[in-house]
Amino acid sequence: MPIPNTTEDPVAHPAALLREMVRIRCVEEELADFYRDEQEMRTPVHFSVGQEAAAVGVCAALRENDLVYTGHRSHAAYLAKGGDLTGMVAELYGKETGCSNGRGGSVHLTDRSVGFAGSAAILGEMISVATGAAWALAQQGSSQVVVTFFGDGASEEGVFHESLNFAAVHRVPVIYVCENNAYSISSPLSARQPANSPGTGITERARAYGITAERLDGNDVALVHEATRRATAHCRAGLGPYVLELDTYRWREHVGPGFDTGIDRPEPEVEQWLERCPVRRGTAALQASAPDAQEPTAQEPTAEELVARWDAEFRDEARRAVAAAKAAPYPTADRLTDGAYGRPAVAN
Amino acid sequence: MSRTLTYWQAIAEGTVQAMEADPSILVAGQNVDDHKGSYGTTRPAFERFGARRVVDTPNSENAVAGICIGAADQGLRPLVVHTRADFMFLAMDAMINLASKWRYMYGDKGGVPVVMRGVVGRGWGQGATHSQSLHATFGHFPGLYVAAPASPADAKGLLAAALQADTPVVLMENRSLYPIEGEVPEELTPVPFGVGRLARHGTDVTVVAASLMVHEAERAADLLARQGVSVEVVDVRSIRPLDEDLICESVARTGRVVVADTSWARYGFSAEVAAVIAERIPGELRAPVRRITPPDCPAPVSWPLEEAFHPSAAKIAEACLDLVGSDGITVPVLTGVDAGFSGPY
Ligand SMILES: Cc1ncc(C[n+]2csc(CCOP(=O)(O)OP(=O)(O)O)c2C)c(N)n1
Ligand SMILES: [Mg+2]
Repeated sequence: MPIPNTTEDPVAHPAALLREMVRIRCVEEELADFYRDEQEMRTPVHFSVGQEAAAVGVCAALRENDLVYTGHRSHAAYLAKGGDLTGMVAELYGKETGCSNGRGGSVHLTDRSVGFAGSAAILGEMISVATGAAWALAQQGSSQVVVTFFGDGASEEGVFHESLNFAAVHRVPVIYVCENNAYSISSPLSARQPANSPGTGITERARAYGITAERLDGNDVALVHEATRRATAHCRAGLGPYVLELDTYRWREHVGPGFDTGIDRPEPEVEQWLERCPVRRGTAALQASAPDAQEPTAQEPTAEELVARWDAEFRDEARRAVAAAKAAPYPTADRLTDGAYGRPAVAN
Repeated sequence: MSRTLTYWQAIAEGTVQAMEADPSILVAGQNVDDHKGSYGTTRPAFERFGARRVVDTPNSENAVAGICIGAADQGLRPLVVHTRADFMFLAMDAMINLASKWRYMYGDKGGVPVVMRGVVGRGWGQGATHSQSLHATFGHFPGLYVAAPASPADAKGLLAAALQADTPVVLMENRSLYPIEGEVPEELTPVPFGVGRLARHGTDVTVVAASLMVHEAERAADLLARQGVSVEVVDVRSIRPLDEDLICESVARTGRVVVADTSWARYGFSAEVAAVIAERIPGELRAPVRRITPPDCPAPVSWPLEEAFHPSAAKIAEACLDLVGSDGITVPVLTGVDAGFSGPY
């Protein structure tokens, strides 16, 4: 099914941004509980809890036919781009109804009907693939842009530098979104990059390739959204690639549903970042922007009331997706080699 | 003197002892210094020697391989750890195009003693890009030593040999082996490359295997012993050089062979073993060679598919029965693809 070819760049209302963040938060928290308690999702998962503003702010600025490629931490971008929730959850359960038919798992999600082209587990890989996709689209005269999400750790791979160089030379309409959560598993950024001295950060390295780059508070969804609108306008104007470095923090352990506070990361640091919760800040921002912020009337719910309502709605949606995934069939062993050369395709 | 250690403890102990004996050895890899410390294998070395000799590297496999080759050229012995062997594809250029050829191309007497460990994931949906066994891939190239130890003693002994060798070495470790226990010598005793071991004596059929498949072969042998079928298990230990004599002697005795491997049949370890037998002792085979390997597709995540994908003791036992012609016997189903690992992640 072809994706509609829109020409408008979307502007999201603060309430819409907040609602989407709440949705992703609720889905991931619910999934984490099921994952931990039942151990039926047999696939390593990298939750984005705490990092929702990045995926939401960026994807809300994209057209439906713009494309997204991500690394391993992919659930939030998949959902924010409009990826089918039941397909994602079924994928985590390894079911035939999964978005990758249960073959790929959490780190290989795809929903091409909404422009979520794919996620991949090998660090940095999709940075080059997204660059190539954008290059191809531009050559074919398309106005689509391509976005790739990756972490601070992936920016250490050679492929990051090689891709940026290529994109700069060929003016490729690709937006590189680095979710800088300051860690690569247990390893702090300061142990891996000279990012603490001026002029050496990820953004500055991008600028050295002549690429327009911005570093911003990645937990402020409105800021992220505005910056992405600048980035898409830049790309669509034929001005080449754009880099967004978003400072953020993951709340859970690197892989799995648990927490690594006090083990891999110091408690005060975690506490400080919990204070900067993107959902709570989005709620406050929405409340502040309401015309009658001082005295909410009986008809107009406060931002907090809205969030509570959405919270219930989305936790229910998540649980229904889990129930559907559990009820769905596993792939049968006789179809093990489907999709290999000379065999029928996996998906019907 | 020996005592019981797990596979990971044996590697951890061997690393510390080798570093004590040789100050030029250093460990490099992602997160080698954290509390998990590469499944426990590098943490004791970090506690003992600190961050100068146990180095948490940036996520830069390509450059780190070259950096360690340079360091080896100038007197150090880097031990590079990859928490998944799949990441070693990024290191292959330096290892294959340079390290493996160093001694030959430059007429260098020494070569570059880089040792690279790669962990092979298995179970809990490790999937297509986190469960590949690259022993045959690396074994293809002249100039590298490659080993895939099955027992804790060999994990320590082959690491010791690697850290004393002049050549670059690749060691493959299946994650499912880490909790497995065995007798391990207290001293740092190198196990020579190119020398296999008879893991079990038998008379009816030989199973040739490496790494995790040695354990699956032994489980199969246990099953079949109860049915009156006697299985010999050859643990090659090192992939290159390969102990061809041990393989051929065993197969000449039993006349039947199953090669079991965690990697694919095409151009793989099982193909090489079959070729060696076909070249050296074609007349000794009483039945065609059988290969038990993953099917010709990437590793799936979905649990039932994963169970079906991985070669198992039951599949090895079935192949052995087929070869000895015992139609009437059925093999009990053994579930669980993980010999030692029980998840999650
Ligand atoms: C080439 C490669 N090397 C190492 C890994 C193992 N690995 C998976 S995620 C990860 C951390 C990446 O950190 P970052 O890019 O900052 O992303 P984050 O997990 O923080 O979102 C590592 C080292 C990998 N998947 N691929
Ligand atoms: Mg990170």
